[in-house]
Amino acid sequence: MDNWLLILGMLVITFSIRYSLFAFPDLRFPPLVRQGLHFVPTAVLTAIVLPGMLLPDGQHWALSLDNAYLWAGLATIAIAAVTRHLLATIGGGLLVFFLLRWALGQLPL
Amino acid sequence: MSRQHEFAQGARDMLPMLLGAMPFGIIFGSLAGAAGLSAWQTLGMSLLVFAGSAQFIAISLLGAGTGLAVLLLTTLVVNLRHALYSASLQPFVRHLPKRWRMPLAFWLTDEAYAVVLNRYTEADSSPHKHWYFLGAALAMYLNWQLCTLVGVLFGQRVPNLAAWGLDFAMLATFIGIVVPMLRTRPQVAAALVAGAVALACHAWPYKLGLLAAAFSGIVVGVLLERRNEADLDVDMEELA
Repeated sequence: MDNWLLILGMLVITFSIRYSLFAFPDLRFPPLVRQGLHFVPTAVLTAIVLPGMLLPDGQHWALSLDNAYLWAGLATIAIAAVTRHLLATIGGGLLVFFLLRWALGQLPL
Repeated sequence: MSRQHEFAQGARDMLPMLLGAMPFGIIFGSLAGAAGLSAWQTLGMSLLVFAGSAQFIAISLLGAGTGLAVLLLTTLVVNLRHALYSASLQPFVRHLPKRWRMPLAFWLTDEAYAVVLNRYTEADSSPHKHWYFLGAALAMYLNWQLCTLVGVLFGQRVPNLAAWGLDFAMLATFIGIVVPMLRTRPQVAAALVAGAVALACHAWPYKLGLLAAAFSGIVVGVLLERRNEADLDVDMEELA
C-alpha cells in the first residue's frame, strides 16, 4: 500500500471532522445542544483517562499494586485537585509515575 | 489585549501542554520507521495529519499489516471527538472569515481545544481572541513537528524507548485539564458516567467505546443540569 495515500486520506478525514462545524457559520445550535457541549471536554477526556489508568495496554485489566499507571494516575488527580495548576499536575504526575516505575523495577535501565 | 499580546499569551498558556505532548511526538517519530514509514512519510504525517492518537493507532495498525480502508475508518472514528470540539467552538469563530476558520480547524487538537475554550469563556470582550487561538495552535503544531523530528533522528539510539511508559504524559495532561472543570455535580456525574462506559466498552472495535462513553457522559450531564434547573424553578415559585 502506498503510505502517502494513507497520509492524504488521514489528512482529508481529520480536517473534514475538525472543520465540520466551522464550515457553517450561520448554523445556530438549539439550547439543548449548547448545554450538551458544556460537557464535551469532561466526558471525552475522562473516557480516555480512565481506561488508560485501568487498562494500560488497552486490552487487559490491571487492578494490581504494580500498575504504576493506576497509582500515579490517582496521585495526579489528587495533585490536580489541590493545586489546580496544569504544569504542577503534569510535572508532579510524571515524577510520581517514574519514581513508582523505578521502585517497581519497571524501567528498562 | 492587542493581537500580539493575545498571540503570545495563547502560546504561553500552551506550554504545559507541550510538555505533556513531547514524549508522544518523540515516540511517534521513533516508532513509525518500524511500521514501514520512511523518514519523510513520518514527518509528512505529522505535518499533514497532526492528530497524535490517530497517528499512533495508524502506525500500530500499519505494522500489523492492516488494509487502507480499515486504517481510514479507524482514523474517522478515533477523530470523531473533534466534531464535538468543532461544534463547541463554532459559536466563537463563526464571525471569522474562511481564511481564519480553515487553518484554525486544521490545528484543532485536544490540547488546543481545552486552552482556547478557556480563553473564549473568560468574561472580557476582547475582539482578538482568535489570535490567542492561533498562538496556542501554532505552539502545539511547532512542538509536534520538532518532537517528531527528534524521534526520527535520535529515537533509535535510545533502547526500548517505548518501554519507558512515556504515554503517561498524556494521561497527566488530560487529568490536569479535567479535574479543575469538575466544579458542579452534573460535571462530576458526566465524568463518572463517561469513565464507566469507556471501561465497560473498551473492547469495542475502532475505539467506538470512546464515542459511546462521551455521549453517555454528555446526556447524563444535561439531564442532571436540567433537573437542577427545574428544582431551582420550584424553589423560586415557593419563594414568590
